[in-house]
Amino acid sequence: MVPLAETKIRRPEVAIELPALVVAEPSPDGVALPVPPAEASEIRRFLLARGNSALADKLFLAVMALCALSIFAIVVLIASQLVFSSQLSWHKFGLQFFYKFNVDPETKLPVFWDPVAGTFYALPFLYGTLVSSLVALVIAVPLAIGSAIFLTEMCPRFLRGPLAFVTELLAAIPSVVYGLWAVFVLVPLLREHINPVLMTIFNNSVTVKLFGWTGLVGNNGLFGGANYGLGMLAAGVILAVMILPIISSLTREVMSAVPHSQREAVLALGATRWEMIRMGVLRNARIGIVGSVILGLGRALGETMAVAMVIGNRPEIQKSLLSLGYSMASVIANEFSEASDNLYLSALIEIGLALFIVTIIVNALARILVWMVTRGVPARVN
Amino acid sequence: MNLKKQGFHSKFRAASDHLATGLAIAATLLVVAPLVAIFIYLIYKGASSLNLAFFTHVPKPVGEDGGGMANAIVGSGVLLGVASLLGIPVGIGGGIYLAEFGRGTKFANAVRFTADVLNGVPSIVMGIAVYSLIVVPQHHFSAFSGGVALGIMMIPTVTRTTEEMLLMVPNSVREAALGLGVPNWRSVLSITLKTASPGVITGCMLAFARVAGETAPLIFTAFGNQFWSASLNEPIAALPLQIYVYAISPYDEWHRLAWGGALVLIILIVFAVSLVRYVASRGILKGAS
Repeated sequence: MVPLAETKIRRPEVAIELPALVVAEPSPDGVALPVPPAEASEIRRFLLARGNSALADKLFLAVMALCALSIFAIVVLIASQLVFSSQLSWHKFGLQFFYKFNVDPETKLPVFWDPVAGTFYALPFLYGTLVSSLVALVIAVPLAIGSAIFLTEMCPRFLRGPLAFVTELLAAIPSVVYGLWAVFVLVPLLREHINPVLMTIFNNSVTVKLFGWTGLVGNNGLFGGANYGLGMLAAGVILAVMILPIISSLTREVMSAVPHSQREAVLALGATRWEMIRMGVLRNARIGIVGSVILGLGRALGETMAVAMVIGNRPEIQKSLLSLGYSMASVIANEFSEASDNLYLSALIEIGLALFIVTIIVNALARILVWMVTRGVPARVN
Repeated sequence: MNLKKQGFHSKFRAASDHLATGLAIAATLLVVAPLVAIFIYLIYKGASSLNLAFFTHVPKPVGEDGGGMANAIVGSGVLLGVASLLGIPVGIGGGIYLAEFGRGTKFANAVRFTADVLNGVPSIVMGIAVYSLIVVPQHHFSAFSGGVALGIMMIPTVTRTTEEMLLMVPNSVREAALGLGVPNWRSVLSITLKTASPGVITGCMLAFARVAGETAPLIFTAFGNQFWSASLNEPIAALPLQIYVYAISPYDEWHRLAWGGALVLIILIVFAVSLVRYVASRGILKGAS
């Protein structure tokens, strides 16, 4: 701030000259002479001593604008640092970084990520991030929309405040505490009780006979293979718990932005409450709801600690949701501080850059959609 | 009149209405359930490991019982102090610009949008950026870099809440101040901002509570430390980081400490959020307008 004050905003001595307060004194020869300004005016001296607020205002405005600019600066800074530090990996692998893999000559299995051999391909991380986020959305979206419907349309007034508070609290719990809970409660629960049930439902002979052609059931299907408890499903479930509050609260926001006249109109036509919600509320708020779901997706894509603790940390691609995987954010968290050579570090930073770009796009899209609904344009039934 | 058919139809409609109500209630219960489960388990596991030593001792080496997280609590305090010094003034400044000078301008809209988008950028990405900006040139991990990473994360949140709170101040208050001949900057700082201060403070606390639990950006900036350190220039321990390290370790004693740390962290955050909600529910501008 100091150089700014010294260079640009110097006090101009002329500009603040006030119009001279003329106190006419009849001189002996009858001509009125203006009194020399400096000593004549008490008011003027007072004003000069107080300084000029126009300058201070300009300085203040400049400082505040700098603060606002800092937001852009942060984005530019992050982007430039990531691009700059991932040059090495970009030059070595190019776009192949995101889809190529080597094949192990002995086992014939694909090898994506082997820091010792210098193999760095990011496909399993993209896959893990995408699949765990999709599992999270599948679980979280119906629950979030259901609870938002209950809170805005059905809930008795005395319950509304406490329930909204509880969902807010859910949003305030740190990621690492979710992870801790997931490791010691959720994973054993999945391993002992839920996964065996899922496996018997999906892998028994009847379902295999009926749905075997989809490739999603049986021992090679979505719930086949070994049951570790850890894995994609555990990551998806904990992500679902974490993104519930954000989807729920934004959905509530867009649903309460639907004008009351819409609800009344549908009710006046003889609709039941559910029909009113379906036709009057959900239909008007659908763009905003999609926006809030995408925002939840953005959160899920970037979630780091809880996922790193339960996803199993194995850079492989497998169809089963019970298998161990790895996600973009968690590989950075786990391996960044032990990355020994520059290429390794640069490959991790390139994963970070990809994550940054994807989350920026997803968030911008979601914000635009939410904004389209809540900006105050009256909703229309169509 | 086709009474019979209509009767079936309206029964179907009534049934689907009841079904939808039931599903909505079930969904709400399922949303609340994990929170209740987490809290009960946290209190059950954490309360037993909290004692005086937890708050006064540094961690013991592996295999020895006892020890605490005093260094991590102090470290979190140092990191959050640095973060607040950076994030709160800049954030409030940005909010003032958006609400007082940039209303309706394209620049302000762009800033607002960017702040919202920045809010959704994963914290680990902030960590990488600060790592290559500060840690690499300095050649060592430091508390300062961790604080900067957290501070950068506070800026968008504080900016947006400050702006929203300032917009709620009625224009008559501004006009009254300007009408008395107060310079604009003075009017903004001492009148408008002061009127909105309860709301602005709650916004800052919300941002504070959010970064207090952040782990990911600290892994390669503050790095963590098993010993006492309050120096800005050295690696420092932090509560969430310590919880993470202990949670993935194979030792029961460390698991116990992790639960205790998580309970302390949650109590701090719940306290902050409840305070925010209490102040917000009283109406931030009561008595001012």
